[in-house]
Amino acid sequence: MDAQAVLRLKRIATEIRKGVITAVASAGSGHPGGSLSISDIMAYLYFEKMNVDPKDPKNPDRDRFVMSKGHCSPALYSTLAHRGFFPVEDLNGFRQASSYLEGHPNMDKVPGVDMSTGSLGQGISAAVGMALAGKLDRKNYRVYVVMGDGELEEGAVWEAAMCAAHYQLDNLTAFVDYNGLQIDGKITEVMNPEPIADKFKAFGWEVLSIDAHDFNQIEEAVKHAESVKGKPTVIVAHSVKGKGVSFMENQVGWHGTAPKKEQAQQAIEELDAYLASLG
Amino acid sequence: MAEKIATRVAYGKALAEIGSDENIVVLDADLSKSTRTDLFKKEYPDRHFNIGIAEGNMMTVAAGLASCGKTVFASTFAMFAAGRAFDQIRNSICYPNLNVKIGATHAGISVGEDGASHQAIEDLALMRSIPNMTVIQPADGVSTIALVKQAAKIDGPVYLRLGRLDVPIIYPEDATFEIGKGVTIKQGDDIAIIATGLMVEPAITAAKTLEEQGISARVIDIHTIKPIDVDLIVKAAKETGAILTCEEHNIYGGLGSAVAEVVVRHYPVPMEMLGIEDKFGKSGKPADLLPMYGLTPENIVDKAKKLLERKRG
Repeated sequence: MDAQAVLRLKRIATEIRKGVITAVASAGSGHPGGSLSISDIMAYLYFEKMNVDPKDPKNPDRDRFVMSKGHCSPALYSTLAHRGFFPVEDLNGFRQASSYLEGHPNMDKVPGVDMSTGSLGQGISAAVGMALAGKLDRKNYRVYVVMGDGELEEGAVWEAAMCAAHYQLDNLTAFVDYNGLQIDGKITEVMNPEPIADKFKAFGWEVLSIDAHDFNQIEEAVKHAESVKGKPTVIVAHSVKGKGVSFMENQVGWHGTAPKKEQAQQAIEELDAYLASLG
Repeated sequence: MAEKIATRVAYGKALAEIGSDENIVVLDADLSKSTRTDLFKKEYPDRHFNIGIAEGNMMTVAAGLASCGKTVFASTFAMFAAGRAFDQIRNSICYPNLNVKIGATHAGISVGEDGASHQAIEDLALMRSIPNMTVIQPADGVSTIALVKQAAKIDGPVYLRLGRLDVPIIYPEDATFEIGKGVTIKQGDDIAIIATGLMVEPAITAAKTLEEQGISARVIDIHTIKPIDVDLIVKAAKETGAILTCEEHNIYGGLGSAVAEVVVRHYPVPMEMLGIEDKFGKSGKPADLLPMYGLTPENIVDKAKKLLERKRG
């Protein structure tokens, strides 16, 4: 990826992060930490990689995306809004009774959402179903799914992992947002899901490990996944929870807490300053 | 058609019949020889997927397939569908209103020898409480085939409660059924016996006995528990003044509750519920278990007479 392309994605990812802060602050609740950690991956998928059309969100040939860690809806909504699926201003209504932007993604109400999620461990199964449908219909679309590292504690994830390998779903690419933190603390202390890469390898997946905030590494991994035949790929994306907002970075307290007005303002100022520094 | 056939077998046959529609995909969880989706697999192996012993995954894989336009039948025992995979059915299938049909076989105590761990007596309560879900329990092979075919045409989730046990054919081959519409099998004015599933046949037998004793009992098959046939139930309440429900399910939360909800809201009359009296099943031959749990024509007759005494005051 050339420098210009990286710069463009950095700008988009920063706008996505600003949308995350706006949404969560407006709602007074929500999950900023894990939304900020996947914003770069979201920017790459929706603005560089995936075949999607905001004017035709249900096109049967489109690439699919499943936010298996549904509580990171702010990242998904902000990405979809900036991609043109609905007005960016609507992020102000997040989680409010008058809005269609449910706390967790709802495919019936929100344009561009391919699967309703929220109950952890299920999105990966839905992605397996979509990939299976793609194989049955001999379509070329790809299916992307983002899971949390804490989410791997759900046993259902491994039922789905077994199934994806069994049916050789090479049209499925999963990301694990490996930020090391879940609500109650460090994943290694709450219920250790490690070694993550070895587990997926043992389940028959192609496994890659990347820096979740390096666009070149994201692109290289996604392209590698496309070249793999006969098995699904998981990209273990080492990330920083709260990435881009100094006081949120690596702080478990920001998993599911909304910033107060002044904090939100500071976060937006920091992100704006970063945008300005990009030129 | 044979004189007796289990509704699960009729289900498998129906799937094989409608399988020429290339949009239909069938999933199973290592029980295809029992749920009888093997009958579909034999004809259309490319569209039958064994998901293994992983019912939760199966339900959400079904949701993913349905989100891509497939009509998906996902099958396992009722216990492991409604019970184990409740969250997946609720959140991944019903909440987004996806086109998944759950073929839940081996419901109720008539599972027999496998015992209580495999005998779902709570599934109607669980499934009918989820928004967007249609709940169907056919009484025989003929109605099963017709209702499975209709379920395939509904765009949305359907729970099909099916049995392991061979049950008598009640309806003629050319009988017609409509999801949401009960069937009045026998007219009567003194009392209405409203039954579902394998209790429909003993209800018919009981009505004959009552007739011999000068009691005119109406018999209604409620094959669709949800949406329930409000008009037919209200009509029965008005015209008979007493309703007895019969089901192979816990007395809490199933057909009895569903009918009572209609009756108390629209036309309260004395009611009695015959079902499993809030206790777990056990191992045994179905022929031994059904009487042990009171699911017999004799018990229906007994309960009907007591209810008539209440009606007369």
